[in-house]
Amino acid sequence: MRTIVAIIQKEFLQVFRNRIMLPILFVVPFVQLIILVNAATLEIKNLRITFVDNDMSSTSRNIRNKFDYSPFFNSQPLYLSPDEAEVAMKKGQTDIIVTFPFNFEKKLLQEGHTELQVSINAINGVVAGISSAYIQSILTGYLKENTNPTPSLARPAEIKISYQHWFNPQLNYKNFMLPAILVLLVTMIGMILSTLNFVREKEIGTIEQINVTPIRKYQFIIGKFLPFLILAIGELCLGLTLGKLLYDIPILGNLGNLLLFTILYLIVVMSIGLLIAVSSRTQQQALFVLFFIMLVCIMLSGTFTSVETMPHWAQLINHLNPIFYFMRVIRMILLKGSTFADLLPEFISLSIFAIILFQILLLRYRKSTT
Amino acid sequence: MKPFWGFVKKEFYHILRDKRTLIVILGIPIVEMLLFGFVLTNEIKEVNVAVCDLSKDDITREIIQKLEGSGYFKVKKHLSNLREVEATFKNGEIKEVIVFEQHFGSKLQKEGNASVQLISDASDANFSNLVVNYTSAIIARYAHDLNKASNSSGIIPQIRMIYNPNLEGVYFFVPGIIALILMLISALMTSASIVREKEMGTMEVLLVSPLRPFHIIAGKVLPYVALSLLNAIAVLLMSYFVFQLPVKGSLLLLMVECLLYILLALSLGILISTVTNSQLVAMLLSLVGLMLPTILLSGFIFPIENMPKILQWLCAILPPKYFIIVIKSIMIKGTGLQYIWFETIMLVLFTILFMGLSIKKFNVRLA
Repeated sequence: MRTIVAIIQKEFLQVFRNRIMLPILFVVPFVQLIILVNAATLEIKNLRITFVDNDMSSTSRNIRNKFDYSPFFNSQPLYLSPDEAEVAMKKGQTDIIVTFPFNFEKKLLQEGHTELQVSINAINGVVAGISSAYIQSILTGYLKENTNPTPSLARPAEIKISYQHWFNPQLNYKNFMLPAILVLLVTMIGMILSTLNFVREKEIGTIEQINVTPIRKYQFIIGKFLPFLILAIGELCLGLTLGKLLYDIPILGNLGNLLLFTILYLIVVMSIGLLIAVSSRTQQQALFVLFFIMLVCIMLSGTFTSVETMPHWAQLINHLNPIFYFMRVIRMILLKGSTFADLLPEFISLSIFAIILFQILLLRYRKSTT
Repeated sequence: MKPFWGFVKKEFYHILRDKRTLIVILGIPIVEMLLFGFVLTNEIKEVNVAVCDLSKDDITREIIQKLEGSGYFKVKKHLSNLREVEATFKNGEIKEVIVFEQHFGSKLQKEGNASVQLISDASDANFSNLVVNYTSAIIARYAHDLNKASNSSGIIPQIRMIYNPNLEGVYFFVPGIIALILMLISALMTSASIVREKEMGTMEVLLVSPLRPFHIIAGKVLPYVALSLLNAIAVLLMSYFVFQLPVKGSLLLLMVECLLYILLALSLGILISTVTNSQLVAMLLSLVGLMLPTILLSGFIFPIENMPKILQWLCAILPPKYFIIVIKSIMIKGTGLQYIWFETIMLVLFTILFMGLSIKKFNVRLA
């Protein structure tokens, strides 16, 4: 026991003697947490729309006003010539160009039908598809209000759509993203610290000194684990406190459960880190492997794009992704107040990972050099 | 000049002799590009929904068919009244309930007015937004077609989807993936380079050599420029052949912009390397400091226009945003330099800034 304490003490000293380390561990992540949470929204609003009005009639003006009032659209200055509008599109200043043809109003009044040219920048296909539907429904709404049925023309029908967002009526995305971003930051810090710290001993050669001491294998590994585990848990607690204070994120579930899962999860990811460390010679080598695994796990975890949108095989791969499990766990505990029983499958999966990885780690780490 | 080339040669050997790192560096972009290109999308598919049809007429049946036929939705459950909604959302499988009011069809035909209510499980606000938007789009399109067929007065928008007529998801995500991968891997490569010499104690040797700080930095960057260019070429080839993104603009311009972006990322790495004193700190700073901002503040997944104003300004002082605009413009829009000169100048300025700072911060004396 005293040996382990001594190792832990050594690690802590090593980390904090480096003066630049404190701001990196406590300022960089939390500033990011506070700022980045605001960025992660897929709400569709402010679609930038531009008009080329060749008709300049009251009808075209009224329709333009209708777009102005819609929360989905953000009107840009009126372009007189189609060429100017096209340049604006190419420069990325607008995403939708609506062109009213000559005699737009006249044709509508006389024949009851008229056409309208709409060009949509479709690089973001999802938004483009949705914008086109909104444009159609704004036009239908306009006609509904402004035309009277005649014997030859039926009154246009309109389907009114109303919304209710359950569990989160304000569509607050911050509650959902803050725990996720926090988990990613804590994961990165925990994994990088434990991995590089270990490889560094190999690279600089100090591992030789440890190998000739009576320190046992498991003592050494625990000594390498615990300090960073404690640090990571500390960061998580601090992050949650900040989230509570600044964004008032809900904490519905049991924090003890969360702590249990956090420890389990950190053991899993830090074992992966140490496994990389054991099989690398230099810090640079370890870093690139670590970077690769981390980025893949993060992108697949459903943090930024929903797991439901992913292809089936990616959802299968996710069963091996610890970040995927923990992301579910932290969101469910904090936002839905899930109990331990609800999270039993995740607990079992993470435990199996932890046991297997730890065994491999004990096997791979040898005190003797070859 | 001779000592300089000798130094560059030494750096090249350093990299080439470490076969394992080399393979990892060249392999990462290929694997990640493949993986992310297929996995990242905002297009929903077969989302489980429930229908509460209080009308059960031809029109509601047709709308439900349209929803299912789109491939975006799968009707898992039919509810007979609104009280069942709560129980439906309980286990999280069903994401949305679509409620048609009583006499929906006859009201629509007689009064020209009918309403439908979309109730979504909004615990994931972003996903709920997508689902609700897709549903409204299908219903709006249905109403539009209905009016067209019934010979009512109408304004028929002729919609042209430009740049991406088939609405492929990869057009939006692949440029962002390119920017993310090149940024991180290039910055990581150089961030460890100078600090490594400090840590290993070989810095002293370099400092007493006739090499000037500028030479040392340039010599460190050069071999990585070659490696990063290989990465860029690999990534671009994949986006062309695997994801079928076009290259409508000039290939030469595209390569020059890629080179510029690589130089930018490499000099950012060098800057991190000169101001830190251990590889651990350098790597922490480059990974923790760069990864999430590059993902979130570049318009890669979350469109910048939707962010609060302050964050939009913040995006404007981070380089990846400009590179993503440049790639989309050259590859997909096919525009030339006259449309992206501003973004290009920004990338040049960032590169000069990072380079200049690293040369200035480069200490010729050991602490």
